[in-house]
Amino acid sequence: MSKVQNNKAWFLVLPMLILVSFSAIIPLMTVVNYSLQDILGNSAFFVGTEWFEKTLNDPRFQGALLRQFGFSFTILAIEVPLGIGIALLMPKKGWQASAVLILITLPLLVPWNVVGSIWQIFTRGDIGLMGHGIRELGYAYSITSNATDAWATIILMDVWHWTPLIALLSYSGLRSIPEAYYQAARIDRASKWAVFRYIQLPKLTNVLVIGILLRFMHSFMIYAEPFVLTGGGPGSSTTFLSQSLTTMAIAQQDLGPSAAFSIIYFLIILAVSYVFYIGIMNMQKDKITTNGGA
Amino acid sequence: MAEITLSSLAHTYETNPSSPEDYAIRKMDHVWHQGGAYALLGPSGCGKSTMLNIISGLLQPSEGDVIFDSRIVNDLSPEERNIAQVFQFPVVYDTMTVFENLAFPLRNIKTPEHKIAPRVHEVADILELTSVLKRKAKNLNADEKQKVSMGRGLVRDDVSAILFDEPLTVIDPQLKWKLRRKLKQIHEQFNITMIYVTHDQLEASTFAEKIAVMYEGKMVQFGSPRELFERPAHTFVGFFIGSPGMNFLDVTITDTGARYGDIDIPVSSRQHAIARASGSDNIKVGIRPEFVHVWDDRNEEAFEVPIKDVEDLGTYRIMSFYFGDSLMRARLHEDQRVPQKKAYVSFPEQWLTLYIDEYRVEVGDE
Repeated sequence: MSKVQNNKAWFLVLPMLILVSFSAIIPLMTVVNYSLQDILGNSAFFVGTEWFEKTLNDPRFQGALLRQFGFSFTILAIEVPLGIGIALLMPKKGWQASAVLILITLPLLVPWNVVGSIWQIFTRGDIGLMGHGIRELGYAYSITSNATDAWATIILMDVWHWTPLIALLSYSGLRSIPEAYYQAARIDRASKWAVFRYIQLPKLTNVLVIGILLRFMHSFMIYAEPFVLTGGGPGSSTTFLSQSLTTMAIAQQDLGPSAAFSIIYFLIILAVSYVFYIGIMNMQKDKITTNGGA
Repeated sequence: MAEITLSSLAHTYETNPSSPEDYAIRKMDHVWHQGGAYALLGPSGCGKSTMLNIISGLLQPSEGDVIFDSRIVNDLSPEERNIAQVFQFPVVYDTMTVFENLAFPLRNIKTPEHKIAPRVHEVADILELTSVLKRKAKNLNADEKQKVSMGRGLVRDDVSAILFDEPLTVIDPQLKWKLRRKLKQIHEQFNITMIYVTHDQLEASTFAEKIAVMYEGKMVQFGSPRELFERPAHTFVGFFIGSPGMNFLDVTITDTGARYGDIDIPVSSRQHAIARASGSDNIKVGIRPEFVHVWDDRNEEAFEVPIKDVEDLGTYRIMSFYFGDSLMRARLHEDQRVPQKKAYVSFPEQWLTLYIDEYRVEVGDE
């Protein structure tokens, strides 16, 4: 390798680095600060990893983390295939295409709190269309007393709110596939499934990576919607990480453990996203070792 | 394998075609014989690709029939027609390896695995893809990708025909020449009908035994490269084939011969008789630059013409000169004396062709 080394270029990155430190790193450091010390008024004691150990051993944290993973993977497992499916069915041109696009996009424009409120009312047993409707069918549906109902409803709500994002991304991905690919597939006598598996899905990889990463991060941070809908209940059955953390930091003022919690939380998202991204990118590489191409 | 017949075929992209200009392909009949190597030559937008897509079934013709042997296949999809087509830009299945790409058309028709591998290796060998068989198609360069696309077209040996839609556009010139040779070799080896669309006359004449020239949706001539050169059936063929193209002069027919401006041009008596009988006012005479006779000295039958310039193209020279008010070209041999300022040219009668309403008039050999 005779790559030209020119380290002067780093200076060009410097302004960016300074900006980022103010916007991200410095606030983050405050949290690190709190996570390693016990701070009371003006006195601060260094406590090492005590807050981290405490948090990791806290059953409330463990429960919320487990529920959080359960939730994120469930909605991904539903939203990704469903979004691709919707995108495949969407009309390709004409006014129908525009109409469907607008309809599909609508849920994305609703703010989180409002989504929670809408579904809270929607699922009420007395006046909610869905809640009352299900009760009329003979099932004693209640999101305030039945944990399964609460879970199912939160998942349904998230699917309603966010599947459109995957659908839109997939739709744009599908539109960018040149017609020649479909023609070649017909000439090669490929089945419908083969067209999906070998043309459409591979061409969607890039948009899906973005979609899945966004959805994972988003859903892992979910707060307002379940908070408004179920308040984390019944019991703590729908209490996810954010809400758990908020309770600890704001309601109980446990700043040390909360800071440790925050950092663990952040690192989990970072790690999962990274592993996921690397995994997808590796799938596209050649299986055999090539000596620099040729 | 099949003989492909186009019967009263026409195609338009308009919903309500009102004039012949609305047709991408104007009504035509044509037969592509089994086992031929054909080229479909014409400028961009003349309907070449449209015709190819109609043959493969990607497009439904608006009028007429496509017949494979004796079977009308209008309503059959490309899948059912069992035809191979290679497109202008490489289409590869990204996630598959080169081997899987080449095997794909075979696997789709449920070929037994033990027959697939030898066939894929055979094709990979011809196209020199053996070394990359295990690599993912996504990671190949454009040349290799196009070879994979072509390989998928060649891998099935039972196809009715293989259609090539300007397949070498993205390939670099050296490889282009090599691949064209390969295709010809494959054609000789497997005796499959091949139709090769191109706008490059050199590509067409090195690949094909017979070339169909298309112009404004019409097939204006179908013949061997030599025929196209020596006896262009349409002024467009004269203009398009050859480098530079044929010289044309708009002439009027007088009582004794043909006249361009105020210059009398000697034509044969039969040409004169036919032109006169046609009553058309669109009469042209054409002559290839190669056949314009350039004399060294003044002589009886030669016209004295002013020279515009002489271009040296290595092994030959092209002399441009004014004939009346039109610019004509003549080809000079390498060792021919280059005239200065003025030249003496004549048009040998046997190479002077008469065109009435753009079509060649066959006078027949005397």
